[in-house]
Amino acid sequence: MIRFDAYDTGGFHDEMFLSSSQPRPGARLLEQKIESLSDGELLQRQQAAERALLHMGITFNVYGDSAGTERIFPFDIIPRIVEASEWEWVERGLKQRVYALNLFINDIYHEQKIIKDKVIPEGLINSARSFRQACVGLNPPRGIWCHITGTDLVRDSDGQIYVLEDNLRCPSGVSYVLENRQIMKRTFPQVFEASRVRPVDDYPSHLLDMLQYLSPDYVQGPTVAVLTPGIYNSAYFEHSFLAQQMGVELVEGRDLVVADGLVQMRTTKGLQRVDVLYRRIDDDFLDPTVFRSDSMIGVPGLLEVYKAGRVALANAPGTGVADDKVLYAYVPKIIKYYLGEDSVIPNVPTYVCWEEKELAYVLAHLDQLVVKAANESGGYGMLVGPHATATQREQFARLIQANPRNYIAQPTLALSRVPVIVDDHFEGRHVDLRPYILYGKDIYVLPGGLTRVALKKGSLVVNSSQGGVSNDTWVLYE
Amino acid sequence: MLSRVADSLYWMSRYIERAENVARFIDVNLHMMLDLPVGATEQWAPLVITTGDDTPFAERYKVTTRENVIQFLTFDKENPNSIISCLRGARENARSVREIISSEMWEQVNTFYLMITDSAAGERVEEAPYDFFRAIKMASHLFEGLSNATMSHGDGWHFCRLGRFLERADKTSRILDVKYFILLPSVADVGTPFDDIQWAAVLRSTSAFEMYRKRFHHLTPDHIVDFLLLDREFPRSIHYCLIQADESLHAVSGSPVGTFRNPAEQYLGQLRAELAYAHVKDVIGAGLHEFLDAFQTKLNVVGDSIFATFFASQPIGGTVTVKESSQPSAISRQHSSQTA
Repeated sequence: MIRFDAYDTGGFHDEMFLSSSQPRPGARLLEQKIESLSDGELLQRQQAAERALLHMGITFNVYGDSAGTERIFPFDIIPRIVEASEWEWVERGLKQRVYALNLFINDIYHEQKIIKDKVIPEGLINSARSFRQACVGLNPPRGIWCHITGTDLVRDSDGQIYVLEDNLRCPSGVSYVLENRQIMKRTFPQVFEASRVRPVDDYPSHLLDMLQYLSPDYVQGPTVAVLTPGIYNSAYFEHSFLAQQMGVELVEGRDLVVADGLVQMRTTKGLQRVDVLYRRIDDDFLDPTVFRSDSMIGVPGLLEVYKAGRVALANAPGTGVADDKVLYAYVPKIIKYYLGEDSVIPNVPTYVCWEEKELAYVLAHLDQLVVKAANESGGYGMLVGPHATATQREQFARLIQANPRNYIAQPTLALSRVPVIVDDHFEGRHVDLRPYILYGKDIYVLPGGLTRVALKKGSLVVNSSQGGVSNDTWVLYE
Repeated sequence: MLSRVADSLYWMSRYIERAENVARFIDVNLHMMLDLPVGATEQWAPLVITTGDDTPFAERYKVTTRENVIQFLTFDKENPNSIISCLRGARENARSVREIISSEMWEQVNTFYLMITDSAAGERVEEAPYDFFRAIKMASHLFEGLSNATMSHGDGWHFCRLGRFLERADKTSRILDVKYFILLPSVADVGTPFDDIQWAAVLRSTSAFEMYRKRFHHLTPDHIVDFLLLDREFPRSIHYCLIQADESLHAVSGSPVGTFRNPAEQYLGQLRAELAYAHVKDVIGAGLHEFLDAFQTKLNVVGDSIFATFFASQPIGGTVTVKESSQPSAISRQHSSQTA
């Protein structure tokens, strides 16, 4: 019998409970529904959900495991609830941030006014691995660089929400948002009743509208395709899912060829023009004639066609420059510089190791800080100081000293928690939240997001590749 | 339709059909062995010979026992034509075209695959082999039904259908050939009840027994060969399969049936015509095994020409790029004829 009476919020901010016995106002209905279930029903539903995931083949691939190993993305059946008033604030903050970051990227590849005005040190841009010389002077269709963003948000113990990372390159996970909702509806319909949950199912339509908007007006019925590295990529399920939901082609690099100045697909009836590519391949591998020449998954000559305005790419190549974890520390300044506004959602306080004073502080306080490599993602290249051994900390200290530019550090946040089912009872686990933002004709924020749960007790690392779980995220109507 | 996608659809259904037919192979043998005269030993070697994989089998298994052969044909991951390998191939191909097929089809491939990789599958084969192989046949039929009922009947569907019927034609020819290799206790047994029982098993393993009865009533080798080779209406007869495959091929290209616009249509048309006007007495007179062997070789030529016509990439800008089929050639060519 699973009941909330024994649930302990453990002194953390809990997304569902105000205190151990009192649910938050928005979660009251959900709590009542769960408490009213008969013995064992919750566990049955949880198992039904997991079975459904396995049979629907909703999986991700794990790198470093034997080739092509798939796992289901584990799912916890208790949804995470975000109340309308809070979401309104989040949405406003995300729109502001993405709008400013787009202006920033455009500036960096053109006049670099922000550097000339000494808001951002020049050396920082030049040394950013994700800065693309090939993109200097580039004018992407409709002036948009970051079409799809998946900003990571976290909440500290005082209840304040912070931006943790911007993820402007190829943020993944939105397919799980949509599938989690499907699974919830399928296995647990009664909790939806009267819960006033905002739907997320129209994301693919918004995505398609945005992608079609990128093709020039003279193209009637543009051909859109999702470009994937292939079935062994960790996010292949998502690439395929999004292509299917939008009803567009899913292509690999080997399906495409540049001919007659156009990007074309090889079909059973010859070549066919492609107008917009939602590419899920990193810049590095996109075009072997411009970026990494050893790329086997790209399309030779793609960038030239792009520069000539005869194909659109989302996100634009070079966008990753704003994703550098060191530049992240400057985003509040970036927002102030371009918009003259303070940022709505604050950054997590960040120490930039290439500033000498901050480096000294970081090295002296490794046991309290989370250290991240500037160019890694997915929870790789990361040290959680308080949970690390002395040896691990020493190793990291050496790494940082060898290349201070590549590291930032942040205080270890006491991330908020949600109740999850562990065996036969509830336990609190730390979570983050990744909403998805589309930048097309206007900026759209999907009312929902991926709530990733750190599965291990006490763990703060929530990435799916590190054994995380996700749950359905409910943004409520007013 | 992307060439790569067409290739994957074609192979996805070929692999599903192949898995089903391997189950049929085993099933026919299980049935035959049940009816063996007292004192005769079970024959499992012919099964391995007809699948064309006798060499790899000999390399890894010492004796052709029932257990070894069933293991090799069902669960051996190193055998590219075992049921488990076929389903893995089908699933990998399906996974790469998930956005093209219906989610019902994908879920069925996935469930089918999980059914055979399930840790309890081995026990189920031992305890209830008939049920197990029957479940495999039904899972394949469910997939075929789902593709007919949930996928638009456009180019993609026709490539699925093409793959399925070419595979089925090949496998029916091999099931027919199993009988050739099965030794009767003595020459004198030809035409005896044992012989009849074996022919009946061949019919049953192609689900043809009842339909055959309706047409020919009595079991005679000539009529059975006629039915499985030349019947125009029975869905597992080789001739029927070629008619269906030919129709799909023409649906893709748009050229009328009876004409050809590419080598694939030309070769398949030839083969179809050969069966359309064949006489069963001539086939048997010249040697059924020899006929089937030659047929399988010609069918491979059709397969190769389909690859060249639709799946291989066209040369671009003067440089010839040869795209690999998504299937290892060893598998696509495993049907090369063997001499016995």
